[in-house]
Amino acid sequence: MATAVEDRANERQSPLSDAVVVRFAGDSGDGMQLTGGQFTLSTALAGNDLATFPDFPAEIRAPQGTLFGVSAFQINFGSSEITTAGDAPDVLVAMNPAALKTNVPSLKPGGLIIADEGEFNDRNLAKAKYESNPLEDGSLAKWQLLKLNISQLTMDAVKPFGLGNKEALRCKNMWTLGLALWMFDRDRAPLIDWLKAKFAKAPELADANIAALNAGHAYGETAELSGPLKQHHVAPAPVAPGLYRTLTGAEAVALGLVAGAQLAKLPMFFGGYPITPASAILHHLSRLKEYDVTTFQAEDEIAAICAAIGASYGGSLGVTSSSGPGIALKGEAMGLAIMTELPLVIVNSQRGGPSTGLPTKTEQSDLYQAVYGRNGDAPMPVIAARSPGDAFECAIEACRIAVQYMTPVMLLTDGYIANAAEPWAVPDLTAYEAFPVEFLTEVPEGGFKPYSRDEKLKRPWVKPGTPGLLHRIGGIEKEVDTGHLNYNPENHQAMTDIRKAKVDGIRIPDQIVELGAEGGKLAVVGWGSTFGPIHQAVRRKRAEGHDVSHIHIRHVWPLPANLGELLKSYDKVIVPEMNTGQLKTVLRDQYLVDARPLNKVSGQPFRIAEIEAAIEEALQ
Amino acid sequence: MNEMTTIAKTTTLKDWESDQEVRWCPGCGDYAILKAVQRTMPETGTPPEKTVFISGIGCSSRFPYYMETYGFHTIHGRAPAFATGLKLANPDLDIWIVTGDGDGLSIGGNHTMHLIRRNLDCQIMLFNNEIYGLTKGQYSPTSRVGTNSPSTPYGSVDRPAQPCAFALGAGARFVARGFDVSKELPNVLKAAHAHKGAAFIEIFQNCIVYNKDVFQDFAAPKGAEDRQLWLANGEPMLFAKGTKGIALDNEALTLKVVDVVDGDWKAAGVIVHDVTNRSVAHMLVEMRFGEFPMALGVLYDDPRPTFEADVVRQNAAAREGKTADLQGLLKKGQTWTVKEGGPEL
Repeated sequence: MATAVEDRANERQSPLSDAVVVRFAGDSGDGMQLTGGQFTLSTALAGNDLATFPDFPAEIRAPQGTLFGVSAFQINFGSSEITTAGDAPDVLVAMNPAALKTNVPSLKPGGLIIADEGEFNDRNLAKAKYESNPLEDGSLAKWQLLKLNISQLTMDAVKPFGLGNKEALRCKNMWTLGLALWMFDRDRAPLIDWLKAKFAKAPELADANIAALNAGHAYGETAELSGPLKQHHVAPAPVAPGLYRTLTGAEAVALGLVAGAQLAKLPMFFGGYPITPASAILHHLSRLKEYDVTTFQAEDEIAAICAAIGASYGGSLGVTSSSGPGIALKGEAMGLAIMTELPLVIVNSQRGGPSTGLPTKTEQSDLYQAVYGRNGDAPMPVIAARSPGDAFECAIEACRIAVQYMTPVMLLTDGYIANAAEPWAVPDLTAYEAFPVEFLTEVPEGGFKPYSRDEKLKRPWVKPGTPGLLHRIGGIEKEVDTGHLNYNPENHQAMTDIRKAKVDGIRIPDQIVELGAEGGKLAVVGWGSTFGPIHQAVRRKRAEGHDVSHIHIRHVWPLPANLGELLKSYDKVIVPEMNTGQLKTVLRDQYLVDARPLNKVSGQPFRIAEIEAAIEEALQ
Repeated sequence: MNEMTTIAKTTTLKDWESDQEVRWCPGCGDYAILKAVQRTMPETGTPPEKTVFISGIGCSSRFPYYMETYGFHTIHGRAPAFATGLKLANPDLDIWIVTGDGDGLSIGGNHTMHLIRRNLDCQIMLFNNEIYGLTKGQYSPTSRVGTNSPSTPYGSVDRPAQPCAFALGAGARFVARGFDVSKELPNVLKAAHAHKGAAFIEIFQNCIVYNKDVFQDFAAPKGAEDRQLWLANGEPMLFAKGTKGIALDNEALTLKVVDVVDGDWKAAGVIVHDVTNRSVAHMLVEMRFGEFPMALGVLYDDPRPTFEADVVRQNAAAREGKTADLQGLLKKGQTWTVKEGGPEL
C-alpha cells in the first residue's frame, strides 16, 4: 500500500499509514462526543474518507471518574476508501484514568497515548481501580506516552476570560481538539466559526473556547521537536467529484423518509416515543414540518404505532420508529396493519438485547423479531441498511414498498449506524423515480370491494371522507374481496395464502456480489452495519490472492429471488452477524445451504481482523 | 363536532344502518345504544362519509360494523391512539370512539387518559357493563367489590374505577352519563357531538348474560324519578318529582340531598346546574349512588382549544415563509465540494 502520510517532524518514527485511527476518551461530562464530532467535520473538510464510532454509556451523567462513565469517540480517516471505524486506534486521547483503563487495551502496540496527567490524582486513580499511577509505573511501556497537564494548560489559556474553575475546565475538550487539529495539519477556521455560532449568546464562552483551541494548537507547534508528538499530513482520499456533507444514520433515515413521502406524493405522519437510540429520528423530523410532516410524541410505543396506522388509514404515510423493546410493544399493531393492509414504515434502530439490554450499544439481534416476531402468519417486508448513507436509500425503498403493496415494512438500522457519521455525496433527487399514490375515489366498474386486488395483490386505498365508498375494516379475518367478517376455514386459508403471496411477490432487485466473483470457494454473507468490516476483510484477503466474495443482503424479507442459486454457487458460506446466528438460520431454512455462523454480541462492531481470521479458517 | 362546509342531503335513521348482521346476544343493551346513535346521527348534520367509528376490542367494539359510516375495529384498548392519528391526518373527520370498561379503563386506560388530556375533538362512548362480556364474564375494573366471576370465584376484592371521575381527573372538558334504554340518550349524544373537544360519555349498559340488571337499582323504570337526577344546564338539581334536590353542605363542603317544600327549591338551597362549574362537576362524578340519586345527563361542558387545532396551527406557523425544498435540505449544514483533483471548502 502506498503511504500518503508525510511525517514532517523526523524519521524517528512513523507508525501511521495511509489511514489513521484516533480515539478520544474521557468522562461522560468531558464533551468527547462533541470533540469527536467536530474533529470528524474537520477531517471531512480536509478531504479524507472517514468512518466514526461513538461509544457512550447509557447513564446521562454517570458519576465522575468512574469506569462505567467513560465516553469515547473513535474515528478512522485516510487517503483511501474507509468503511469501518478501525480495528485498533493509533492514537488514544485519555482525559482521565478511567478513560485510559477502559480504552488502552485496544490501542495498537507502539501507538500514542495522550493523557491529561492533571486528572491522574489519587482520587481518580482509585475510582478507576488503579493501584499505582500508570503514567509513572512503566505499565504503558509498549506504547508511546505523552503526559500533558491539559487541565492546567486549559486553565492558563482561558484565564483572561474570568471564568470560574468549573467553566474553565469545560474548555478542556477544545484544548484537546486544538492539539489534534495540529497533529493532523487541519484548518482551525471552520471550528472557530462554529464556536462563535454556538456561543453567539455568550461571547465570553466563545472566546474562552477559541482561546483553548488555539492554545492546544500552539502547544503542538512549540512542542514539535521534542518527545513523541509529531505532525502528520494525511492526503485527501480519491473520492468521486460532487457535493459532500457528513451524515449520521438517524439524519439519513429522517431525510430518506421525507424523500420517500414526497416521491409518494403523500403527507407524512410520524408517531414516536422516546427511546435510545431511535429518538434522534423523532427529533430530526420534528423540525421538518414544512415538508408536510406531522410528528406526534405519543404516550407510549403502542400509541405511537397505532396513531401512525390511524394516519395511514386517513391517507397519510404513517411512520413509527423505535428500538427493540419498543418494537416488541408494537407487535400487535403491526399485525393489525398486516390484516387491514395499510401502508406503514416501522424503523427499528437495533440495540443490545434482550430486555433493556445495552441501550447505547449496537447489535443486530432483532432479525428474528423483524421477520417472525408477530402472532399468526404475519408476513412483512424487512429491509436492512448497511451504513448511514445507505439508510437514506433504504428509507425511500421502505416507503415505496409500503404504498405500492399496502403493507407495513420494517427498516432495520442499528445503534452504530444511527450514531456514526460518514461523508455522504448529496444525491440528486431528480434521479429518483416517483411512485405517486392513487387513492380510490369512485366506485369502480363491478362495484366497490375493499379487499379486491390488483396484479400485485394490493387492495385499494380509500380515504375516509370519500362519498360512496363507505366500509369498515378491522383485525378480524376478512372475507376475500368484500372484506366482511368471515370465520370460514376455506376463507382463512385463502386470505392467509393471499397475504403470503403478496409479500413473497414484492419486486426487489436481484442480489449482487459486492466484491469478488459469482461462485467460488467462499462467500461471506452479511446484512446491516457489518458491511464495513466484511468489505475490508474480503478486500484484503482477495488482495492476498484468496478466492472469497462478499455478498451483502439489503432485502432481508422477502429475500432476492436469485439468492438461493447464488449461495449454492460457493463451496462455503460464512455469515458474520452481531447476534447468535439469525440470518444464518433464515438462509439455512430458505435454501438448505450450509451457512456457517460467525457471531459477536459484545455490543461492539466487528473488527476487520476478526473476519479475516474467519475467512482464513474457512479457506483452510 | 365539525363545521359543515356543505349541507349534505338530509339523512334518516335507515341511512346509518349498515348491511351487516348484528351479532350481539339477544336482549343486550348494545342494541338500544346502537339505535340511539343511529337516531342521533341524522341530527348531527355530518354526512355519513365524514363520520368514522373507531373501536377497540370487546362486545361494544363490534359497533363500527353496524354503522353505515367509515369504521375501524382496531386492537384492545388502543382506539384512542388510532383516532388521534386519523384526526391529525384529517381534522375534518367526525370521530366517534366506542369502548368499554375493560377496553377503555383497563388495557387502554393510558390511552383514554392521554386522549382526554390532549383534548382531541371526538366523542368517546364508554359502554360500562361492569364485566368482561366477550371473554365470558370475568370481573372488570368497574365491577363492584365482591363481584363473583370465573376469575374471582370468591368475589373481587379490588375497588372499582369511576369512569367519569377518571375522565374529569384526566382533564376532560365534557363529561356526561346515560344508560342504554334511556330515551334521553340521544340528547346526551347530541350534546357530546356539539362539544368541540374530547367528549366523554359513560353509558351504563346491561349485559344480560354475565351481569344482568346490575344497574336496575337506578335504571328500572319503576321509581326512576327517585333514583335518577337528570341534569340540565341552568336548571335546579331536582329529582323525585321536584320534592328533593341537591344542595351544598357549606360546613362539610360536600353535596347533600335536601327536601323541597312546595316547589320552593331556592329556599332549600338547591344548586342551579352550571355545566361550566368544574368544582361542582368533581362532586357530581363522585356522588355515591344510594345516599344520592344517580347523576345523569351532561355533568360538565366547558370547551377549550382542541389538540388537532393546535397541531395544525403550529404546523402552519412552522411552515410559514419556508418552502419544501428537499434538495436544499440535503445540502444543509457544512458541506464541501470535491472537484477533479481534490476537495475544496
